[in-house]
Amino acid sequence: MLAALTAFAITSAARLLTGARALWLGSTAQATQRLYYANHSSHGDFVLLWASLPPELRKRTRPVAGADYWQKPGVRSFLINKVFNGVLVDRERKEEGVNPLQAMLDALDGGDSLIIFPEGTRNLGDEPLLPFKSGLYHLAQARPDVELVPVWIANLNRVMPKGRALPLPLLCTLSFGAALEPIEGEGKDAFLERARNALLALAPEEA
Amino acid sequence: MDNNTLLLFAGIGALLLLASLVGFVLKRRSGDQPNPVIDNLNARINAWWVMVLVIGIAFLFGNVGVVVLFYFVSFYALREFMTLTPTRRSDYPALVAAFYFALPMQYLLIALGWYGLFAIFIPVYLFLLLPILASLGGDTTRYLERAAKVQWGLMIAVYCISSVPALLTLDIPGYEGRNLLLIAWLIIVVQLSDVLQYVCGKLAGKHKIAPNLSPSKTVEGFIGGVALATLIGAMLCWITPFAFWQAALFALLVCILGFAGGLVMSAIKRDRGVKDWGHMIEGHGGMLDRLDSVCFAAPVFFHMVRYWWA
Repeated sequence: MLAALTAFAITSAARLLTGARALWLGSTAQATQRLYYANHSSHGDFVLLWASLPPELRKRTRPVAGADYWQKPGVRSFLINKVFNGVLVDRERKEEGVNPLQAMLDALDGGDSLIIFPEGTRNLGDEPLLPFKSGLYHLAQARPDVELVPVWIANLNRVMPKGRALPLPLLCTLSFGAALEPIEGEGKDAFLERARNALLALAPEEA
Repeated sequence: MDNNTLLLFAGIGALLLLASLVGFVLKRRSGDQPNPVIDNLNARINAWWVMVLVIGIAFLFGNVGVVVLFYFVSFYALREFMTLTPTRRSDYPALVAAFYFALPMQYLLIALGWYGLFAIFIPVYLFLLLPILASLGGDTTRYLERAAKVQWGLMIAVYCISSVPALLTLDIPGYEGRNLLLIAWLIIVVQLSDVLQYVCGKLAGKHKIAPNLSPSKTVEGFIGGVALATLIGAMLCWITPFAFWQAALFALLVCILGFAGGLVMSAIKRDRGVKDWGHMIEGHGGMLDRLDSVCFAAPVFFHMVRYWWA
């Protein structure tokens, strides 16, 4: 009950502040199992992406987040576990011999869709998009039936710049592109480059 | 609300009813095929119902209602402007000042009726404060361009739009307590000019007036729309402090300024590569798409009325 109320409050606030407009450019908002991968420039990214999904999709879509930041007892842990139903991954690889992607594979096997940020960390520089980590490739290899949908989140880095407390009420748009078509025998680097370009193609022109 | 105001809103309601009827008949005649022009027309008419309803509710609350309404109008306009204007990370302090200081302060000053300060607050004090804030970040990339953009956004979305509720601060002899009607007159004339230019352009438009800026504007639409709106503005002189000929001249002035405002705001949109400022008003685009003409008409109207009448 508290979790549902918190979820409602957070999604409403995010939409009110940013006007979050979802543009389904290459794919439609349907309940297919998907891996939404997006650019990452703010802590609010996954909240906004999650909030912009229709409620029936949101219920089955789980954000992937770093355990080092979120698995602290108290508000953070309540939010990520109870409200967002997040999948926590160990970014620091503390335990040897454990596949760091295992939690995500388990979630996919449970039928859920995921939200991931393949840059691995927040992009705070002038480059529009950092190089991708290889996790996206390994997930795509391991679960080839899951659709890979690029999502460009525009303007959120201006709404909540790094290290600033007060958000600016600018409008954000989320552009959902077409799912990546699988290519037989494509190597890791070529795949990551293609996935990155598909995401960049959704970015509005920067001046 | 007095009788004049009720009569005015009844008239607008009747006009919208007629528009909805025409839209309905056009839709029926076009049959099953979707027709983008007619669908957009009907979306626009429906949005007009909502906008008139919102303005009507604000009028019910009197002067305070109208100041609050335009505060929100300015907020949405400023948000659309700043969203479309790329700024850099070091512009954050200037943007915070724009949204959280300049905007509420300007409307507070108008609510207080402090003409001496609201007339120069943004053009003088913010004009100097914003570049100071922008320089603090030490980022010189496109510095002048960025400082100018934030200032411009504030002038258009806050200063110019706030000239509409500023009409409430005027003491016009013989017109006491009726200033809301002056606002109604300005909005009706400027918006009708837009609507009639659109209608005349659709019915008889042949020669494009500014093909590079706004391909939908035509010479025929401009002349027909401005002439008709001027006539209506003159005939509505009974709700203003003006005589018939004065109302006609003022109507002509605000229609021409409104048209010019549409061109200027189009030029900015084209430069940024978009068709509309936003998406909040179905069929019209954003707040600034609906208000571009008011932005240019209101400040000049306010200052001229103040100079000659108050």
